[in-house]
Amino acid sequence: MPRISNITCPVCGCLCDDIEVTVEGNMITEAKNACAVSEGKFLYYQDHRLLKPLIRKDGELVECSFDEAIRKSAEILAKASYPILYGWSCTSCEAIRVGLELAEEVGGVIDNTSTVCHGPSILSIQDVGIATCTLGQIKHRADVVVYWGSNPWSAHPRHLERYTAFTEGRFQRSEWRRYISRLGSSSALKRLLRAAKLTLKRGLRLPESSEASPEFELSRKGRKMIVVDTRKTRSAEIADYFIQVQPNGDYELLEALRMLIRDDELDLKEVAGVPVEQLEEVADVLIGCEFGTLFFGVGLTMSEGKLRNIDAALSLVRDLNHYTKFLIMPMRGHYNVSGANIVFTWQTGYPYAVDFSHGYPRYNPGETSVVDILRRGESDAGLVVASDPVSNFPQKAVQNLVKNPLIVIDPHPTPTSILADVVFPSAFVGIETEGTAYRMDRVPLPLRKVIDPPEGILSDEEILRRILLEVRRIKVKTESSEREFHS
Amino acid sequence: MSKTLKVLLLTGRTVEQGREKERSKFSREYMESVAACHIDPNDMVAFEIRENSNIRITTSLGSVVVKARKSLRAPHAGSVFIPYGAWANLLIGSETDSVGMPSFKGVPAEIEPSPDDEVSSLEDLVKKHYRKA
Repeated sequence: MPRISNITCPVCGCLCDDIEVTVEGNMITEAKNACAVSEGKFLYYQDHRLLKPLIRKDGELVECSFDEAIRKSAEILAKASYPILYGWSCTSCEAIRVGLELAEEVGGVIDNTSTVCHGPSILSIQDVGIATCTLGQIKHRADVVVYWGSNPWSAHPRHLERYTAFTEGRFQRSEWRRYISRLGSSSALKRLLRAAKLTLKRGLRLPESSEASPEFELSRKGRKMIVVDTRKTRSAEIADYFIQVQPNGDYELLEALRMLIRDDELDLKEVAGVPVEQLEEVADVLIGCEFGTLFFGVGLTMSEGKLRNIDAALSLVRDLNHYTKFLIMPMRGHYNVSGANIVFTWQTGYPYAVDFSHGYPRYNPGETSVVDILRRGESDAGLVVASDPVSNFPQKAVQNLVKNPLIVIDPHPTPTSILADVVFPSAFVGIETEGTAYRMDRVPLPLRKVIDPPEGILSDEEILRRILLEVRRIKVKTESSEREFHS
Repeated sequence: MSKTLKVLLLTGRTVEQGREKERSKFSREYMESVAACHIDPNDMVAFEIRENSNIRITTSLGSVVVKARKSLRAPHAGSVFIPYGAWANLLIGSETDSVGMPSFKGVPAEIEPSPDDEVSSLEDLVKKHYRKA
């Protein structure tokens, strides 16, 4: 049984590159070091997948030849006056590059999934600037790690283990053992309280202090983790300190922290549901650290304030750099969403929401972003690559997406693919085909081919290239017939 | 007459949703992980909502029936959580405040018990709301 090590995981923005898989026949039977989500992908990706191109005829999706699907897709795109090309975060940089060429050729709008995750962060970074670094620096040096509006335990399950609190850095120790012992004592306390409640006489109350969870310590030595969120998530339970902010209260809280860091007086008892005393304690820890990091998630970008929340977070970090070393990084979701932003920027100058309808790239999120275009019902065709907007977009946007001709390229059947007019099955990037992806800290990593794709299944890059060639052929043919007509 | 609970709706990722979406979005496990609303236990008691009962959640943009789940992340009185997915997205508006991003978190909503309605499967939900023209 061949074992293949140092595989890069194509799931989330962590791009863990230490996965070891066992291959039997042409199947992956074991995935060592994989998190629950990664294991779900490596071990079960073949269970439900598309194996033949599909085309809609008389209202039903039916199997067709690859050439027919290519021809139909190219016709849809060449005929459209304002097509949208969306997705791109779960495919390789090489496929994205071809996608951009196609968008320019058909004069459409190309947008990636950052439009509905960290799009506001990008806008804010363009306004304010960002003090950031690679995850390696954080692993070795960060003594204070803040997760704001982010739940890495669920969304980036190995982020803590590989890059922050639970990793053994050159200058910082892992806090794993301390967490385990705290978990043990907390479970013992809970058991004790349950037993006490069962045995104590009815009506006799336990002292308040005994019901409280163990005090989290910020004054202790060593690496510290702070979580700010609207709910006590699993990550918050692990943290040394948890701040529960009211929903939509992040901007206020960030600005209050900025005031405290500048030593301004806050004439309030609480801000966004958080006692000012608690904030003062946290402000002291942030100023007093040697190397701090703030990771922020879509809790900030998707709630009230959106890019202004990020303005405040970036400014907080800028303020902290008057006192100490402090850095900030968005927690990017899909494994190559950073790569999509980077390749878009190389090719067009803009990271997402790029409109080629004028013959040159334009960028104005809010106008050229795909949800806005769909809300206004302006597009007349769609190409979705490695994404599922029917599961991720608001209802009205989806209704306008599916009412027009729709092409989907995806290895899986998805709610979007069942509403498409042409469906291409594709190979899984990072399992059945190779490519390049960018980690959340913008470090490029190779994605490897581990096993062969099923017969006849091509990569996203190859499918897009064939559609592009066919679009060019149609356009040349149309132009020559128009010339003949006029002459 | 059943009481209506006014809440702020938060949507987001869970590890179960992440794992099941990689396996199949049309599986029962995916539906169970996503078509569920996590409510503060005290709110459930106060508004007589039983664990695993069907509830209807309504915003100004839409309405959907999902399962009620006792939140393991309490206390968060007055706010509820639904994992990302087609069910939650029926409740989200497409207005982006001119930045391209809809508000997926902190959306005002109302919850009421809905024992007579079924939770739609993904296929049924897609057919009902996004019929191909």
